[in-house]
Amino acid sequence: METIACPDCDLLQRLPGLPPGGKARCPRCNRILGSQPTDSLDRALALTLTAAIVFIVANTSPLMGLSAVGRHASTTIVGGAYQMWLQGQVVTAIIVAFCAVIAPASYILFMLTVLLAMRRPPAPHWVGEMLRWADSMQPWSMSEVMMLGILVALIKIAELATVEPGIGMYGVGGLIVLFAAIMVTFHPREIWERIEWAEGSAPPRSDRGAGR
Amino acid sequence: MTSAPLTAAEAGLLSCETCALLSRPADPSEPGYCPRCGGELEWRRHHSIQYTWALVIAAAICFIPANVLPVLSSTTLGSVDSDTIMSGVVFLYTSGSWPLALIVLIASVMIPLGKLVAIAYLLITVQRGSISSSRERTRLYRMVEFIGRWSMLDVFVDTFTVALIQLQPLMFVEPGPGVLFFAAVVVLTMIAAESFDPRLIWDSPTNRERLHG
Repeated sequence: METIACPDCDLLQRLPGLPPGGKARCPRCNRILGSQPTDSLDRALALTLTAAIVFIVANTSPLMGLSAVGRHASTTIVGGAYQMWLQGQVVTAIIVAFCAVIAPASYILFMLTVLLAMRRPPAPHWVGEMLRWADSMQPWSMSEVMMLGILVALIKIAELATVEPGIGMYGVGGLIVLFAAIMVTFHPREIWERIEWAEGSAPPRSDRGAGR
Repeated sequence: MTSAPLTAAEAGLLSCETCALLSRPADPSEPGYCPRCGGELEWRRHHSIQYTWALVIAAAICFIPANVLPVLSSTTLGSVDSDTIMSGVVFLYTSGSWPLALIVLIASVMIPLGKLVAIAYLLITVQRGSISSSRERTRLYRMVEFIGRWSMLDVFVDTFTVALIQLQPLMFVEPGPGVLFFAAVVVLTMIAAESFDPRLIWDSPTNRERLHG
């Protein structure tokens, strides 16, 4: 039992003990307050490591190629942003690069650091800082939106020329699945329960998390 | 007071927005930092209503050039064609892929417009001290937060169209000034949704006055 306040409506309540995979919702506003993890942090780490590798493949391989009037062209994710920059749309290029490359890369990096640091208890305090950064990167990491955008672009261009999807596109598809899997597997509460407090004391409830 | 559900703020407790730890600040006017994660503690997000209004108004202003100015201009064998977001939708529709036309229409026109109206509605009801349908308004807020990123769709479509069609001098596509405004709308409304504090929907008018600085 833990007393918490709902993040969306501030209602004070006791979080009941949950069965694995169970969820608790706020009785007033229906927000999901907590869920009992069924997976270990190691599974989240495995998924994040895979995501890191797939991310590198997705960003270094050509996304799609085009053949028209006897010529061939192809582009990568960064290449798309760079072309916008070259065409004078500097701010748009930065926004695209941020949402398509920088935010997902930072998310993966911060998560990797958090999950690796958690393997050697007690988790140092800076892990919390990293987790906060990962959290703030998450809404800006838009792999799935980019994927849909690429598909729409492909269909639009298919009217004018022959286009073929490249390895990068399958990479982006893989990333979408991996990101979703990380979010389902990973429970930040597990980290917060085991972390060293900012004010220097040891985690008061470390015994609870140690069993998992 | 005794029968009404108690919020953390009414009990003098603060919930950390990062790690959800409840704490009782030594000085309620200067809550300071979370003892567990070191995140900044606030009763309600700082100047939530003012910031959110400013961002919504800025986004609403950008929404006009985003739809009027061309987002792409394509040159094919010397003839130049300019496309706005709407004419891009029409192109997809007439070229036979109406499901895609619908997706782009929803993501690029309906979602940004819906977000602007929804956030403005939430702000106005909070400012008028409304206490009815709080549950529905909270659900609306979560929807705005969840769906917002999808309006970035058209920016990605334009980027990859530009990146791929560069066969100078026969056929090439350049971005138009509309893209920048459109991306600005998406970014501004996303930040607006983040700066709005949903707990304000539930605070009683007297508490709201006290907590929201």
